[in-house]
Amino acid sequence: MSTRTRPRAHPDDDTTTYREALREGLREALASDDRVFLMGEDVGRYGGCFGVSLGLLEEFGPERIRDTPLSESAFVGAGIGAALAGMRPVVEIMTVNFSLLALDQILNNAATLRHMSGGQLGVPLVIRMTTGAGRQLAAQHSHSLEGWYAHIPGLRVLAPATIDDARHVLSAALADPDPVLIFEHGSLYNAAGTLDPAVHQVDLDHAAVRRQGTDVTVVAYSGCVSKALEAAEELAGEGIGAEVVDLRTLRPLDDATIVGSVRRTHRAVVVDEGWRSGSLSAEIESRICEQAFFELDAPVERVCSAEVPIPYARRLEEAALPQSAGIMAAARRVVG
Amino acid sequence: MATAHGGTSAGTPKAKSPRRAHAPAAPSRTPAAAHDLDLLRRMLLIRRFEERCVELYSAATIRGFVHLYIGEEAVAVGVHQALDERDAVVSTYREHGHALARGIPPEAVMAEMYGKSTGCSHGRGGSMHLFDAGRRFYGGNAIVGGGLPLAAGLALADRMRGEPRVTCCFFGDGAFAEGEFHETANLAALWGLPVLFVCENNLYAMGTALAREHAQTDLAMRAASYGMAAWAVDGMDVHAVEKAARGAVESLRAGSGPHFLEMRTYRFRAHSMYDPDRYRPKDEVEEWKRHDPVTGLADGMRTSGLLDAAALEDLEHRVAEEIDDAVRAAEQAPEEPAEDLLLHVTGRHEEAQA
Ligand SMILES: Cc1ncc(C[n+]2csc(CCOP(=O)(O)OP(=O)(O)O)c2C)c(N)n1
Ligand SMILES: [Mg+2]
Repeated sequence: MSTRTRPRAHPDDDTTTYREALREGLREALASDDRVFLMGEDVGRYGGCFGVSLGLLEEFGPERIRDTPLSESAFVGAGIGAALAGMRPVVEIMTVNFSLLALDQILNNAATLRHMSGGQLGVPLVIRMTTGAGRQLAAQHSHSLEGWYAHIPGLRVLAPATIDDARHVLSAALADPDPVLIFEHGSLYNAAGTLDPAVHQVDLDHAAVRRQGTDVTVVAYSGCVSKALEAAEELAGEGIGAEVVDLRTLRPLDDATIVGSVRRTHRAVVVDEGWRSGSLSAEIESRICEQAFFELDAPVERVCSAEVPIPYARRLEEAALPQSAGIMAAARRVVG
Repeated sequence: MATAHGGTSAGTPKAKSPRRAHAPAAPSRTPAAAHDLDLLRRMLLIRRFEERCVELYSAATIRGFVHLYIGEEAVAVGVHQALDERDAVVSTYREHGHALARGIPPEAVMAEMYGKSTGCSHGRGGSMHLFDAGRRFYGGNAIVGGGLPLAAGLALADRMRGEPRVTCCFFGDGAFAEGEFHETANLAALWGLPVLFVCENNLYAMGTALAREHAQTDLAMRAASYGMAAWAVDGMDVHAVEKAARGAVESLRAGSGPHFLEMRTYRFRAHSMYDPDRYRPKDEVEEWKRHDPVTGLADGMRTSGLLDAAALEDLEHRVAEEIDDAVRAAEQAPEEPAEDLLLHVTGRHEEAQA
């Protein structure tokens, strides 16, 4: 799979894009369960700020494809309330950057109500949002804060990195009795490929091994998976077999798959578009050290975003983000 | 009395009525009399329950932040007259009164403050997080303004399914300054959602007086600017509250969109049991106590011959017994076992265990 923009899928061939796969997932959910509705800023007439819900307003009407005013806290909280009342809302927040205005609702209500109520309430709410950098949008549109959300008990945090995952992530999320956050990487929307006709659901409980290898485990998620795969391809040419683990679910983490892979390769590189300090990559590295310390042949390496607000200029932005060259360098160091 | 409530009097002190030598027998014969007695009983239950909380807190039996509703009972009790079991209630951390008015049994509320298994949140919430899903009581929210968006969502679900239900959301004058109030007011009015906004304007947000937190202190007027019916009510008069709430709920059920009631009220106690109450003059508190909603109703009933000393004593006795029972039950109830610590975090976990 590539993150580069390709021409839109031709109607008579079976290629599709990450964006279309997400839309198909939405269409299926809306058609099969009348408790499901989509709400958010510009999801209706505009078609979604990244075009994911284009056409759904015409198909399902304004009650179920609901444009909201700019009020992240109110419409996310309204999604929580509607979920409490038995609906299955899908709330779109334009991007993770703006989700901070709804952080109170997500953390203090969605994630917490079940516990605080002693198990009486559940919040089966799905929140979708775009994350990540790489499109020269500068700091306020380029954050990768999914790791923050992965810190919170009571939430489930998903990051589809492939077209198949994008297609099936929503039905899995809607089946969950708890709030689920879906992070869609902004640079993946145009990624094109074909859907596997044999896949009808995705296993969100487990990370996916996207490429097998025996020398080093490269753990990545979301927009970094394709970079890890590119790196693995190049490393193969140098005789280094990199196994690429796509987390898919950032909370709860699938320790068994991650650690299982490291037990085979004895070396690990963790890739994270978030900042290094206090990041998801730090959590993964700790778990590897806690669970497989004596199996390691080298210290675990991390490839993260530089600790800087993501800058606008292309050269600077590229330097700030994890790139396949950096992943390759880290892999070479651990293989030694 | 000079009120800081933007000039509209929150009620004038009622003259103390002379005690009648011969009380009318069985005052509850007329429906109106029975209704007043019921209102009195409900307010008295909240008052005495919370007075017991003060004792228990002082004895360190119950802990946490405990916010008392004493002085504001007419709001919870009056508003609940207009609601029925179909409706939903979203509340704040100052919610003992709302919970009891909603019909959550005192023993479940008390046990929650004891942190016991039989508590209405199984000991996970405490005073600030009372829940009862069966009674559609959605908490118990300690983030100022945090419950408002939930109320819009509960109402949205009703609207989408064509249910003639109402969601009542209680919040304070402090919450009115939060963005969440303004976002929710706009959303609810824009979508015509059946939300009853009940703003308990007790003139203070912790230690900050109304005029020190709002440039324009006429909250009802500001709420009306969102395009919803809004008016101020004497929150110390349970009849006035009931009348306003009934009017609003009737109109809400008829589909006329959200309504906003600014309940002008006052808390007689400090913000919480933790608060030394240094920021307001003692005589202001004393002045407001002359509008006590509980004694106000009792006095009014006495004046109209609907209550005598014996009936009041009987009422007090029954309320005290109910609270004694609640305390006894809470004391005897089992603690939540520490092994159950991780319960109720995710439903999947729960389903997997079941
Ligand atoms: C978002 C938030 N900010 C601050 C606080 C701390 N706090 C708790 S209650 C309160 C005052 C709220 O006043 P008001 O809304 O008028 O309600 P009242 O306590 O008077 O009933 C404050 C500042 C909080 N709990 N939540
Ligand atoms: Mg107040």
